[in-house]
Amino acid sequence: MSITTPLTTRLVTATAFLALGLAACDSGNDAVTNPASTDAPQTAVSDAVMDTPADDITLTIVSWGGAYTKAQIEGFHKPFIAKTGITIQSDDYDGNIAPIKAQVESGNVVWDAVDVETAEAVRLCDEGLTEPVDHSALPPAPDGTPALKDFLPGTLFECAVPISVWSSVMAFDASKYPENPPATLNDFFDLEAYPGKRGLRKIPKFNLELALMADGVAIADVYEVLSAPAGLDRAFAKLDPIKNDVIWWETGAQPPQLLADGEVVMTSAFNGRIFNAQIAESQPFEIIWDRQIWDLDLWVMPKGGKNKDAVLDFVSFATSTEGLAGQASWIAYGPSRKSALALVDAHAEFPEVDMASHMPTTPERLANGLQNDYEFWADYNDELEQRFNAWLAQ
Amino acid sequence: MSTAEAVRSDAPPQALKRQLQRANRLARWKALGLVAPLLVFLLITFIVPIVSMLTRSVYAPVFADVMPQVSEVVQAWDGRGLPDETVFAALAADMVAARADRTMGQAATRMNYEMPGTRSLFMRSARQAAQLEAPYSDSLPALDARWGSRDTWAAIQRVSQPLTTTFYLSAVDRTLDADGAIVLNAEEQRLYVQLFWRTLWVSALVMVLCLALGFPIAYLMAHMPPARANLLMILVLLPFWTSLLVRTTAWIALLQTQGVLNDLFVWFGLVSEDGRIQLIYNQIGTIVAMTHILLPFTVLPLYAVMRGIPPSLTRAALSLGASPATAFVRVYLPLTAPGLGAGAVLVFILAVGYYITPALVGGRTGQLISNLIAFHMQESLNWGLAAALGALLLAGVLALYWLYDRLVGIDKMRLG
Repeated sequence: MSITTPLTTRLVTATAFLALGLAACDSGNDAVTNPASTDAPQTAVSDAVMDTPADDITLTIVSWGGAYTKAQIEGFHKPFIAKTGITIQSDDYDGNIAPIKAQVESGNVVWDAVDVETAEAVRLCDEGLTEPVDHSALPPAPDGTPALKDFLPGTLFECAVPISVWSSVMAFDASKYPENPPATLNDFFDLEAYPGKRGLRKIPKFNLELALMADGVAIADVYEVLSAPAGLDRAFAKLDPIKNDVIWWETGAQPPQLLADGEVVMTSAFNGRIFNAQIAESQPFEIIWDRQIWDLDLWVMPKGGKNKDAVLDFVSFATSTEGLAGQASWIAYGPSRKSALALVDAHAEFPEVDMASHMPTTPERLANGLQNDYEFWADYNDELEQRFNAWLAQ
Repeated sequence: MSTAEAVRSDAPPQALKRQLQRANRLARWKALGLVAPLLVFLLITFIVPIVSMLTRSVYAPVFADVMPQVSEVVQAWDGRGLPDETVFAALAADMVAARADRTMGQAATRMNYEMPGTRSLFMRSARQAAQLEAPYSDSLPALDARWGSRDTWAAIQRVSQPLTTTFYLSAVDRTLDADGAIVLNAEEQRLYVQLFWRTLWVSALVMVLCLALGFPIAYLMAHMPPARANLLMILVLLPFWTSLLVRTTAWIALLQTQGVLNDLFVWFGLVSEDGRIQLIYNQIGTIVAMTHILLPFTVLPLYAVMRGIPPSLTRAALSLGASPATAFVRVYLPLTAPGLGAGAVLVFILAVGYYITPALVGGRTGQLISNLIAFHMQESLNWGLAAALGALLLAGVLALYWLYDRLVGIDKMRLG
C-alpha cells in the first residue's frame, strides 16, 4: 500500500519518539509534585465536619508542607472549617512562585491563598500578580487594639498579611559531637575542626549573607556590602572552600532528613522544622542561633481568584489572634501579632514543651540575628540567581 | 468500476493508470483517517504548545507594552553619546505610570534579561521617580550613575523592539554589547555551554553503558528455553513498570553515604568508616540511576532483533572454519545492528531530555540542561530563555536523528 513510503515510516517513527518524549515529560512532572506532597497530609481537613455548608466553596490554601502545613491545618484550617463550613483543600509547594504567575496570566487561578516569604510577596505585588489588602479591615485584638497597631511594626505590606516570624538557622546532630559541639556560625565554615558534609539551601538568598557574616562582616553592614560587586565576590570566595562538601537542599523537609540519615553533619534549616524533629521525633538535633537570619511568612491572594470573599475571610481568621496563637502552639514560629505573642504557651500535643523558648523572636536571638532585606532580594534575586547557578555548575 | 475490469487488455494504458491512481488515493485517505486521531492529538498537545513556546524565545513585547513612551522616542536615538532630554523625560514618566499600575516589575525583569543587573536599577529608580525633577537627564544619572551609561540606553533601545535574539544568545552564554556586537559573558556568568556539553557527555556515557549491560542480557534471553527467558523478561520489565520516582529513590537508599553499598564497603574493609565514598548527589549518582532506568530501552529492541537471527548462521560460520570470536564479530554482531541502533538512539534521546532523576540524585555536578530549563520555567520565570534552551536541545536531537538516518538509516531500526 502506498502509505508505507519511506517518508511515512519516518513520520511514524518520529511520532513514536515524540509520544515517548511526551510520556517521559509527563512522568517527570508527576514526580516533581510528588516528593513535596508525600510528607504532607493532603486534603486532610476537607472531610471534617460541615454543619453549615457554605455554598460548596472549596478554598485551595497553599503552604510549605510537612510539619509547617500540619501546624496550619491544626491552627487555621480546622477551626475555620468548623466555624464557616467552607471546605479547604491544602496543597504544598516549595516556595517557587511561578505557578502564581502562570495562573494569573492564564486567567485560571486555582490557588486562593499562598504562604510566601517577604521578598516574594513584594515581588508579586510589584508585578501586579496579587490582590492589595486593606489591613485596617482585619479583625482587632481581643482587647480591642486595632489590627494596624497589633501587628509587629514593619510587617504590613501592600498585598500581603503577615503570619509568622521564622528563621534560617544552623542545626547539627548533637550525637556526632559528644565534646566541643559547634556553637557559632564560623564553625559551620570550619571544615578542619568540624569535618563532614554540610547542607545549604539551593538558592543564593541567605547563603551569601551567611558567607559574609562568617567572613567578619557586621550584621548591620551585610546588605550594604552585598550590594557592591566586591562584596559579592567576597561572599562567593567564602563559599568556595566548602563548595565540594555541601549537599544542596530545596524543600524545608529535607534538612532534618539529611541530618537524620547522617548525610550531613551540619545544615542550614528552618528553625520550626528542626524544632519539630526535636520534639515530635526526639532527634538529638541542636540549633545554633548565632547570627540567625529571620524573615516573615505572609498570606498573598493571587489576583483574579474565584472565591474572593471566602479567601479574605480565611486570611482574616488565620491572622487573627486566635488563629496565630493556634499555629504557634504547634510549630516554633513567632506569631506576627503582639496579642498572639502574649498567648504563646505550651505545645498543643506535648504540654511539657514551652513554645516561647523555641521561638526565634526572643530578645537575645533577635539581637544576634539578621533581618532578611526583602527589598534587596526582590530587586537582586534574578541577577544573583544566574551567578549562583553558574558558580554551582563550575 | 472494479480493478478487475480495469485490467482488461483493451483498456487504453492511460485510463488504466488513472484507475490505479484513484484506487491508491482511496487507500491513502482511508489510512490517513485511521491515523487522524493521533495526528490531531499530537497537534493539540504537542505541536501547538511547542510552537507557542518557540515563539516566546524570539518574541517579547512586554517592555514596549509597559513603557510605551520611552520605547517610542528611544528609537530615534542614533546610539552615539547619550539620548536627549525627551528620552529621559519619557522614561521618568513611564516609570511613574508603571509603578502606579504595578507593571514596573515586568518591564524591569525583561530589561534584566537584556542586561543582567538592571532589574534593581529600574525597581529602585521607579520607587523614586515621582520625586525627580526636570531636567531628567541630570536627575536620573544623579540617582544612579548607570543612567548616564551608553550601555544602559543601548539595552533599552533593544528591549523596546518586540523581536529579540537575547534569549538565544543567553542560551549560549553570549550577549550583545552597546555596538550590537556579540560578546561572551563574564566568566562567573557562563553556564549553559558547559551544561550542554555535560548533557551530551552524560547521555553518551549512559548510552554506552546501557548497550554494554543490555547486550549480554538480551543475548541470554534470546538463547534460553522460553520458560526461563520469560522469567528473565519479567525481571527486565518489572522495574520498567515501576514508577520512575520509586526507582530513583531506591538508588538514594542504596548509594547514599550511610546507604547499603557504603555499609557493605565498610563491612568488607574496603573503605574506612570515615572514608565512605560519595556515590550520590553528584555525577556518579546521575549516571548510575539513569543507566538503570534506561536499560530496558536497549534490552527490548536487542532481544527482538536477536530472536529473529537464525542460529544456523553462526553455526555455518563455525563449520566453515571461523573461530567463535570471528563468527560472533563478523556474523552475529552485524545482524544485531538494527537493535543496537534502535537501543542507542532511544536511550540517547531520552537521556538528553532527562530531568527528574538528575534533579533528585545529581546534586551539584550531576545537573543537566533540562534541570536549568525546568529552573527557568518554574523558578526564575524566564520562559523566553527556557524556550531558547529547549529549542537548542530540540535542534540538537533532530540533528543527531538526521545523522543517524544518514549513517545507519531509520528504516533499518527495529523497536521490537
